[in-house]
Amino acid sequence: MRDLFWIFISAMLVNNFTLVLFLGLCPFLGVSGKVSTAVRMGAANIFVLVITSLTVSLLNKWVLPYAPYLQLISFIVVIASLVQIVEMVIKKVSPGLFRELGIFLPLITTNCAILGLAILQTNRGYGFVEGLSFAVGAGLGLTLALVLMASIRETLELADVPGIAKGMGLVLIVAGSLSLAFMGFAGLFSS
Amino acid sequence: MRKTTPQEDLLRGIWKENPVLVQLLGLCPTLAVTGSVENALTMGIATFFVLLGSSILVSTFKSVIPKEVRISAYILVIATFVTIADLVLHAVVPDIHKSLGPFVPLIVVNCIILGRQEAFSSKNTVARSTLDALGTGFGFIITMMIMGSVRELLGNGTFLNHPVFGSHFEPWVIMVLPPGGFFTLGFILLAIGWKKEREAETVKPRRWPHGVTTEVGGTV
Repeated sequence: MRDLFWIFISAMLVNNFTLVLFLGLCPFLGVSGKVSTAVRMGAANIFVLVITSLTVSLLNKWVLPYAPYLQLISFIVVIASLVQIVEMVIKKVSPGLFRELGIFLPLITTNCAILGLAILQTNRGYGFVEGLSFAVGAGLGLTLALVLMASIRETLELADVPGIAKGMGLVLIVAGSLSLAFMGFAGLFSS
Repeated sequence: MRKTTPQEDLLRGIWKENPVLVQLLGLCPTLAVTGSVENALTMGIATFFVLLGSSILVSTFKSVIPKEVRISAYILVIATFVTIADLVLHAVVPDIHKSLGPFVPLIVVNCIILGRQEAFSSKNTVARSTLDALGTGFGFIITMMIMGSVRELLGNGTFLNHPVFGSHFEPWVIMVLPPGGFFTLGFILLAIGWKKEREAETVKPRRWPHGVTTEVGGTV
């Protein structure tokens, strides 16, 4: 139980996927303009991360021991088709939610956080439950980073910055400061 | 779309449409593995290889790939080349492979590669796609080298593990840590923004001197 808790905290704060491991930067820089969008993107990410983690556990247990060289190809195929299926199911079951998530669902397929989670989970030898805790932690960490970034950018919109800083340059420096702040969490682990 | 010359196909990706600095694609590896020149260069070459291989294969088979499943087909092609690159790196430079961690397999989801397939290789001849891939791949390597050099020089005081500054140099450790990646790329983009603004200013037409009357009347 304690292990699960630390896996969760580590994925969420200490090794935050976006700010420390640099996974999932595209949505982090691309859709962090508004807080409401950022929250939705985060939710969609958590959802896909959890499903991916479950599937990867199954793949690792039943398929990959027999064909290890297929690891990468099977992961990407499974993730891509899974997102497609999830998209179809949500569209059928809850059109409201589908509209809310919109373009974000298909975009998540090419988000490196998802494939990154699959690979990290395999490399670290996480089982079913540990993987689940890892995925939820990573998803919440992504959402946290997205929402923080979005709120800062909403405020920045009103700030009077020099012309050259309007655009990605300033956003990256803000992200660097956020990343600096998250490094403070490294002290959580004393060992 | 205007037809481009072979030179443009080749040179475009290197600077004018640099995949990272101008199009802001493939940021994850650019920030994650540029802590040292060695890692950055290996990553750049691996990506270059995957891009070149996928571009050639995709442009060769573009008429056979059904339109509905093209993205999946591209991803499969890319994943195959990444698996090759992964195995080769593991065999040739095991240490670097280990320090690159999950980022070698993650070349699969590098937007630069899929972007070039979708935007260029799926519509153009093999020769032109090869040129395009060479240019874009080289542009990526250059960016990785710039990032890697800056971060390793400042953060470690070394270049390719050779000490550059004297023993009095105090390394800026932060530059090889994650925030350093964001800061380095941020400042590079600011510098490019500054250069572009300067260029735009020099192109602007000069103001009329005071007192000149325009055709519609009134002074400017």
